[in-house]
Amino acid sequence: MIPDIGLITLILSGVCALFALAASAGARASRPAERWAQAGRNAVVAVAPLLTLSALALVYANLSGDYSLEYTTQVSSRATPTVLKITALWGGQNGSLLFWVWLMSLFSAGVLLIKWDEDRELRLYVTGILAAVLLFFTGLVLVYANPFARWWQLPDGHISAAVLPPAGSLPFAAADGYGLAALLRHPGMIIHPPFLYLGFVGFVVPFAYAMAALLAGRSGDTWLRATRRWTLAAWLFLSLGLLLGARWAYDVLGWGGYWGWDPVENAALMPWLSATAFVHSAIIQEKRGMLKTWNVFLIILTFCQVILGTFITRTGVIASVHSFARSSIGAPFLAFTAITLLGSISLLLARLEDLRSDNKLDKLLSREAAFLLQNVLFVLLNFVVALGTYFPILSDLVANNKITVGPPYYYQTVGPLLVPLLLLMGIAPLVSWRSASLPALLRLLWPPALAALLLTAGIFVLDGKNGFALLGFGVLAFSGLITLAEYARGARARHTLSAESYPLALWHLLGRNRRRYGAYLVHTAVILMGMGIIGTHFYQVETQRTLAPGQSLVVGGHSLRFERLELLPSAETDKQVLAARLSLTSGGNPRIIRPFQELYDNGERITPPVLVSTLKEDLYVLLIGWESDGSSATLKVFVNPLINWLWIGSLVFVVGTLAAAWPGRGAVKAERRAWRAREAEG
Amino acid sequence: MTDDQVNAVAKQLNCPVCENIPLDVCDTQACVQWRDLIRQKLAAGETPEQIMVYFHETYGDRVLQEPPRRGLSSVLWVLPLLGVAAAGVILWLALRSMAPVPAVASDPPDQDHRAGEDGAPSGNGVLEDYRRRLERELEEIR
Repeated sequence: MIPDIGLITLILSGVCALFALAASAGARASRPAERWAQAGRNAVVAVAPLLTLSALALVYANLSGDYSLEYTTQVSSRATPTVLKITALWGGQNGSLLFWVWLMSLFSAGVLLIKWDEDRELRLYVTGILAAVLLFFTGLVLVYANPFARWWQLPDGHISAAVLPPAGSLPFAAADGYGLAALLRHPGMIIHPPFLYLGFVGFVVPFAYAMAALLAGRSGDTWLRATRRWTLAAWLFLSLGLLLGARWAYDVLGWGGYWGWDPVENAALMPWLSATAFVHSAIIQEKRGMLKTWNVFLIILTFCQVILGTFITRTGVIASVHSFARSSIGAPFLAFTAITLLGSISLLLARLEDLRSDNKLDKLLSREAAFLLQNVLFVLLNFVVALGTYFPILSDLVANNKITVGPPYYYQTVGPLLVPLLLLMGIAPLVSWRSASLPALLRLLWPPALAALLLTAGIFVLDGKNGFALLGFGVLAFSGLITLAEYARGARARHTLSAESYPLALWHLLGRNRRRYGAYLVHTAVILMGMGIIGTHFYQVETQRTLAPGQSLVVGGHSLRFERLELLPSAETDKQVLAARLSLTSGGNPRIIRPFQELYDNGERITPPVLVSTLKEDLYVLLIGWESDGSSATLKVFVNPLINWLWIGSLVFVVGTLAAAWPGRGAVKAERRAWRAREAEG
Repeated sequence: MTDDQVNAVAKQLNCPVCENIPLDVCDTQACVQWRDLIRQKLAAGETPEQIMVYFHETYGDRVLQEPPRRGLSSVLWVLPLLGVAAAGVILWLALRSMAPVPAVASDPPDQDHRAGEDGAPSGNGVLEDYRRRLERELEEIR
């Protein structure tokens, strides 16, 4: 009964999206245009509550254990804890696609409700684009990936899943479900997909506005201004999705790292790279009216990579081309991506004339040029990651030779691009708009450069094994010092001007120009995260030993003595937890740690690490094997230097982005004034 | 042979069954067997390089974590370099097309009217340059 409501509201969502598309297309031709436009908007807005009901109906089915539904049988079971029954909404392909389009409908309704009275020229087109995208995804869920499909017993006794009953079949319900895969039961896996999806779907807003601007022939910056915060919100969610995913991998997968350059990870990283380029180049258009074509191109690229990313993560096309052939959603997805890409690019080309720059580049040494270089580097990064991700498919299809592109490839191609990018992150904020003077710039740069050199020399003396690591630390120190100096200089200026104390001056500085100092905070976060990444990448130590009770292993100043095997109590009934009791001595008093494995009744095994975390390093201990009589345990131990700065930096990253994007009253007013000033000037 | 020696070789190879999982962290049966094979070969005195060659020749490109630099996968190594070169050219062309038509040399007072507010820094000291920039920006947000 309840699942039927979900199915009906899902159908109604599709109908609403179709109506909205027709209404906004028809509004241009028909006379009471305003009324049709309103009707179209209302229809798009209505999709949100309808899909909310649909998603709730699926949650209800999972909670109540309605095993007449194929989806519930796949992701839920009698033994599944309640929390996991709820999050099973996005635990499988069909449910996660419903969840995805539901989030997108929330964004769509939100932007139309909030912005309707503001952007009169664009709103009709925005409605149409949002309706078209929603129509595709509701249609996809409805026809190809319907989570409300039921089990039917065919006349010949076979059981099959379908939305509509096959001829002569009888309803069927499974006795119990399979439940979520063990790997997906971790809290990180529960919160990571929603953030990633919010990041993905959020980009529909800037995309719809950009396309609307092209369709309306409005070359102005309205679309950029209207969507700046929406874009930053999507970008923040996507960043959080990536970071939470990295943390999940670190905490659950048990291979000592946080990022494996897996195609599924790359699929989420690629739109982030192009979006990061966009977040920066949008500033040039806002301030100087330049790079208009480029900005539209970047948002098209980002949105297409979002669609492609969803498709890759949901179909497993990279794992094997053959799984693509088996997947029912593969063909429609690919077709939609192709239509989006070709349609938007040809629209862009048709409107090139409207997108000419308002201003010229005054000088090569200028903030504009620095931004452009930054953009090129990000697009190159995107290109390299795309090459590594898609090449295996191409080689398999074209030459029938499945090549593996593993992490070493990315280290060698991505690494070199990060060096100029990090340098630029430090230098660019010092370069004036329009025209900067080289001697003046050099005078600002030499003190941090000298300090960074001294710091690097210090690291070399202490532990100078690796030239690349030294280069990395040197670049981080250089850019980090410049960023800190920017804060210091700003605070000093306020201190001398208004006699504020330094902490107050710093606080007001951030408050008065949140966009700029929030962005610097994000840059500071990147420096902190870089420390963690370089430390772990170049200085990680790992060892593996099989120990008898009483034997010890020593790694990086830590001594681990194996005492005995223990069974730990388990909250879930379908698993056992076997632990090795170890006595750890790291200089001070010994303490007990218990690395463990979770053994599920269905044969799955999870080997999460036990972490001993300090700001200096993580000790990452895994129990990877044992003799069942307790006569030995095999341990794998990693020492990950500086890794926690990656997580600390992540927090700063979030704070900085929020500071830059949060819509306070003052912030919105100041921006409007700045835009007006630029318009008056141009 | 220590586990660490075996893992050092296994790290550079792929699990034969799972996609994109390095051999040293995978615990499928096939991986356990391959690691045993590496251990035997190391014990028999083979170098890590010889063992890599053996796996590559027996199982093809897909077992290598790092794609080889010849044959089909050389594309993977050449294209980024071409990409950097192309990006350089595009950047240069873009900057050139964005630059204004060069002013006639004998016409120095004909500054673009917009440049007046900003003015070309005349090398009058770092602080002066910075002060003006900060003031302008503080003005902007007032």
